[in-house]
Amino acid sequence: MNTVLSDLSATAPITATVIVALLLVVVHSFTREFKTGLYWMTLGGIFIGIYLGVVTFHHTGYAFNNMLMIGGFASLMDIFFLSAAAFTILLSRPYLERTGGHYGEYYPMILFATIGMMTLATATDLIMTFIGLEVMSVTLYVLAGWTRKVKESNEAALKYFLLGAFATGFLLYGIALIYGASGTTNLVGISENMEALKGNLIFIAGCGLLLIGLAFKVAAVPFHLWVPDVYDGSPTSVSAFMSTGAKGAAFAALALIFSVKFEFTNSQVNTVIALLAVISMVLGNVVAIAQTSIKRMLAYSSIAHAGYMLIGMVAGTEIGVSAILFYIVAYMLTNLGAFGVVSIFEKENRKNLDIEDYAGLARRRPVLAALMAVFMFSLAGIPPLAGFFGKYYLFLAAVESGYTWLAIVGVAASLVSVYYYLRVVVLMYFHDQSSEEPVLLPASGMVSLGLSAAGIFLFGILPSLLINTFRGLF
Amino acid sequence: MSGTLVLFTFLAIVAVASALLMVTRLNPITSAMYLILNFISLAGLYLTLKAQFIAVIQIMVYAGAIMVLVLFVIMLLNLEDEDALYEHIPWTKYIMFVLGAAFIVEMIIITGLAGAPVVPAMSPEAATIGTVEYIGKALYSSYLLPFEMTSILLLSAMIGAIVLAKKRFP
Repeated sequence: MNTVLSDLSATAPITATVIVALLLVVVHSFTREFKTGLYWMTLGGIFIGIYLGVVTFHHTGYAFNNMLMIGGFASLMDIFFLSAAAFTILLSRPYLERTGGHYGEYYPMILFATIGMMTLATATDLIMTFIGLEVMSVTLYVLAGWTRKVKESNEAALKYFLLGAFATGFLLYGIALIYGASGTTNLVGISENMEALKGNLIFIAGCGLLLIGLAFKVAAVPFHLWVPDVYDGSPTSVSAFMSTGAKGAAFAALALIFSVKFEFTNSQVNTVIALLAVISMVLGNVVAIAQTSIKRMLAYSSIAHAGYMLIGMVAGTEIGVSAILFYIVAYMLTNLGAFGVVSIFEKENRKNLDIEDYAGLARRRPVLAALMAVFMFSLAGIPPLAGFFGKYYLFLAAVESGYTWLAIVGVAASLVSVYYYLRVVVLMYFHDQSSEEPVLLPASGMVSLGLSAAGIFLFGILPSLLINTFRGLF
Repeated sequence: MSGTLVLFTFLAIVAVASALLMVTRLNPITSAMYLILNFISLAGLYLTLKAQFIAVIQIMVYAGAIMVLVLFVIMLLNLEDEDALYEHIPWTKYIMFVLGAAFIVEMIIITGLAGAPVVPAMSPEAATIGTVEYIGKALYSSYLLPFEMTSILLLSAMIGAIVLAKKRFP
């Protein structure tokens, strides 16, 4: 009993989020019209979780029979995903009130998804990896179809569900093979036997299937086919959460399993990952140019960013993983901002979703346009924004570990990407406005965007704040 | 030992026969009934391996819950013209035969390599692993976290299903 209690307090951020989420479900079932209360309760719960993440930072180790990591890396992950959830909640409320679908269940669902992300990212047992992934995915399937009257939203939910279930099959089969080869599902146990397992064909096949399952979630080519339709059809606030939290959590799990625990650098799996990185970067960026819808453009850009992050997987343990973690933070802040602007600009019935609709936005809403420009510059990787240092550390890691060609492909791909990111900025600033319709700026949404932009500038000017912490983690 | 062997032979014959009958019957309800028989004989096979818990779960989940689902689907679809189901895609039949033949060859190779089947002596630990008591203890001690997390998964799936399927929202 005592060990359970100490484990629960060691994983305090997750425990607190679970308690708040369950509380929200109970409160909502007794009070019909209490959405404002639920909103503030959710935000309060998230802040408690973030605080507990900060408190537990120095107490590192494992909890629940080596099934979850605690402290250090785990605390940082908890803080990231809880922050992403807070940004999403701030963006969601005005968006859902405007476009419909502001049901009280939304808040516990976002928290459940966050719990899944935190579990997935910090799991050191493949069973927990699977359960965390499923908690995250199942809630996201539902959230994708949240606006029930919108056809595209239904389509997104169904597509995501069917393909996601298929990918989960790969993941489970991979876990089964790894268990068969090593006799345990625990990553700590497996990493102790790594020398004996390195040449084991069943183990490598299992790792390959596990990689497919997670590559689906991070939207790497060729497992990306669901991404454009799902990001486009889902409510924009959910797309924001999906493209940042879910991707970040799956990447954290990938880095933890393959780079830290299995130490798969310089082996067979690396070649496969390098290949995935190259085709994701090239295809994502090239196809993004042809898009006319802003959400589809961001979806393809998200595929390309998955490619950049995979470079970090190829590079060595410490430097590669720290670069991935920095990129996750930079990308989360930037994409939450970009999708946030889209969610504020979007009108009822899926209007204002074309890139052309952004023409002349700088004259109608200068602040919104300036924020969008910051996010676009950061996605393109222009200094002194966080997106630049994210790419810099990844390419540096590639060069230092002998993958210079991969860094060159990455730089070339990001040069291509500048074209379509800057197109949005050019349209906003140098074209005549397309309509006179007023754009309302909701306060909570602007707070979220402002915080994102502040974070982008902070980590763009002082990247050492984060990267030094990440380098000391493993 | 011979008692177990007799039981195994009987259950194995029932399992194979019911599986064959399940795919050859034209009436879907009859097929479903043979599927139940197959599940139950499989549960019996688990019992001969001293896996009591899996045997019970096999009957509860497969012969119970999953079969109800299958029967519901059959009734909802209201299949009458079964011939039409596979006449559309005749080429799949040949793939089926190829795969089936490949499987049989595989089995022959595997069993041929292994020689005569030897039933390993059951170790005392293996016998205790299958009990409900052991699984319950494992679930509430070393696998406590996955067990509790699964409840969160089920809860969120339940809430999600209700949100998506509920007729009207206030």
